[in-house]
Amino acid sequence: MQPKLELLTPDLIDHVLGEAFYLLETHGVKVQDAEARQLLGEAGARVDEANEVVYIPEAVVRRALETVPREFYLYNRFGEPVVRYGGDAVHFDPGSSGVHILDPETLEHRPSQTPDLVRLVKVAEMLPQYAAQSTAVVCNEVPKAIGDLYRLYIVLLYSAKPVVTGAFSAQTAHYMFDMLAIFAGGREELAQKPLAVFDVCPSPPLIWSEFGARNLIDLARARVPAQMVSMPLAGATAPVTLLGSVVQHAAESLSGIAIHQLAQPGAPIVWGGAPAIFDMRHGTTPMGAIETAMIDVAYAQVGKSLGLPTHTYLGASDAKVVDAQAGLESGITAVIGALGGINMISGAGMLDFLACQSAEKLVIDAEAIGMALRLLEGVRVHTDTLALEMFESIGFRGDFLKQKITRQLFPKEQYLPSAVLDRGSIRAWEESGRPDTFARAKARVRELLAAYQRPPMDPDQERELRKMVERLALQAGMDTLQTAERNAGRQACTG
Amino acid sequence: MTDELFRAMAQSIIDGDPDVAAELARKAIEAGIDPLEAINKGFVPGVDSVGEQYSRGEMFLPDLVLAGEAMKAAIAVLEPEITRQGGQRQTLGTVVIGTVEGDIHDIGKTLVATMLSVGGFRVYDLGVDVPITTFVEKAREVNADIVGMSALLTTTMVRQRDVIEALEDAGLRSRVKVMVGGAPVTRAWAQEIGADGYSEDAIGAVAVAKQLVSAG
Repeated sequence: MQPKLELLTPDLIDHVLGEAFYLLETHGVKVQDAEARQLLGEAGARVDEANEVVYIPEAVVRRALETVPREFYLYNRFGEPVVRYGGDAVHFDPGSSGVHILDPETLEHRPSQTPDLVRLVKVAEMLPQYAAQSTAVVCNEVPKAIGDLYRLYIVLLYSAKPVVTGAFSAQTAHYMFDMLAIFAGGREELAQKPLAVFDVCPSPPLIWSEFGARNLIDLARARVPAQMVSMPLAGATAPVTLLGSVVQHAAESLSGIAIHQLAQPGAPIVWGGAPAIFDMRHGTTPMGAIETAMIDVAYAQVGKSLGLPTHTYLGASDAKVVDAQAGLESGITAVIGALGGINMISGAGMLDFLACQSAEKLVIDAEAIGMALRLLEGVRVHTDTLALEMFESIGFRGDFLKQKITRQLFPKEQYLPSAVLDRGSIRAWEESGRPDTFARAKARVRELLAAYQRPPMDPDQERELRKMVERLALQAGMDTLQTAERNAGRQACTG
Repeated sequence: MTDELFRAMAQSIIDGDPDVAAELARKAIEAGIDPLEAINKGFVPGVDSVGEQYSRGEMFLPDLVLAGEAMKAAIAVLEPEITRQGGQRQTLGTVVIGTVEGDIHDIGKTLVATMLSVGGFRVYDLGVDVPITTFVEKAREVNADIVGMSALLTTTMVRQRDVIEALEDAGLRSRVKVMVGGAPVTRAWAQEIGADGYSEDAIGAVAVAKQLVSAG
């Protein structure tokens, strides 16, 4: 039995959906892309062209919901299905699009660059807790015009896992599809076996920007999975109540599904998000807040009631260094997301309201994720009798350690953490120099980087990828792509 | 053929399978293989491998314990044969071990006893809640090279000092090395009470014991 956390009764879910449909029909959604408005208008929505507002009847959305796939898989570069979007499957990936990296030595939050992304990708590649990679940070030294595809390029070079990514413009989205198609064997093959999912964001409240809507349409037509990341900010860009924000999330996401399915019925799309409460003291967006996690579980429940694949942003922290706050916020929210049965949970490694990534935090978060996934496996029956057979010939001696079944079953019963978690004696701790969690995480990162090996890549595919990205980089005004990358390799080797 | 048998013996220890280990020991006797050689070239490499893998974090306590059980099963078959041939199993030394009086914690002590035993020591395990005099009497009786004491409580840890003093009073202290262990025991405590050896875990205890007996 997979343990579950549910926050909404079925009645309340109906109520949320009822209000969301009412908002779509009467309040309307601002849709800033002309083709998206046209698609909705042709399907029966009332369009106010002057104000770019579309009033969408429930029936239009209901038809779209009928064609959305209930599940789909993401594939690794070797063509194996490794991430299941659907049902109560739970996976984790590192948070994406950080703009800073936490320097493990100086603790400075400095602008992230290519070597930082390479380092993060390598670490995440080594950790089985991460089912997918993300384009974890932007590379600040690279021209913004190709920032999105360049990140994907780096991830593809260093990883074989599927990628949670996203495009910054309609043009680059197509380049990114082409990059992925190199490994899938073509655009059609990419649609059959997607290697990546693309985040696409409505703008709160109830706005699909020109790019957001365009992105939805392009993803649908490419049949590359889209992941809507609706982010109501409770009390600022969304109603202050948790339920009010869940209604807004539903309305934004339902309108997104309508646009997406009208562009290409049957294309895969995910009911995702990154909501937060609004901190009334500092005006910040705390991702580690319990209420943020509650909004997530609640909206995921709404999505599940519609049979949709789900995503959210949890397992992140608002702390500035990898400290106790980072541990507790990330650990608690990772467990909550897991109990919510959310298919993809992004956010690991993140500090400072998703602005800063840290490889050291990534290895600590991996332990919280390991525990969360263990929790989901639940309490299982492994033996015919629960204990009776194991008591045969035991008498009153504590000799269970000698039983073969102990050796056989302990790895199934116990999640075995890495040395990041200290379960040794105080003596061993003292003799190893009294390392705290962060010091142990640094050691673990060094270990993983030393053991990392680049997953094999077909030389022809690699050449094609490099050629393509090089051409785009030169167009964008980079001197040469090679230099940036060679530097990346060198710096990454030194840790 | 013999090499193959030795490899299988090592594997039976790594697999922690007492039945297979005993069966292979019998096979060795039938094939006329020197039983001492069967132990040293067959089973001991298995124990070494398990110890190394445990130290690297690739094997776990159940592996250690089952390897110990398999080793004991093999030795139980081979030892009578050694005696029958008029030989004697060369041991690294004799160890008297127990958990001190007032303390009934068994697991750590038994693990150390097992690992010392499979590591080549003759081990007398006195069990738990062992009175001071029992340590002393047994050490005298078996002419022990090492006395090992375990304590899991800070309140019973002080008994380790009492046993050392009792060994002195009995005039045995110069002839035996003393090893201490247990959760609250630190290197500093071992030094303070004048113990000769201390280890963090069972595998380390074997190394310390070997060092102590070779240092004479």
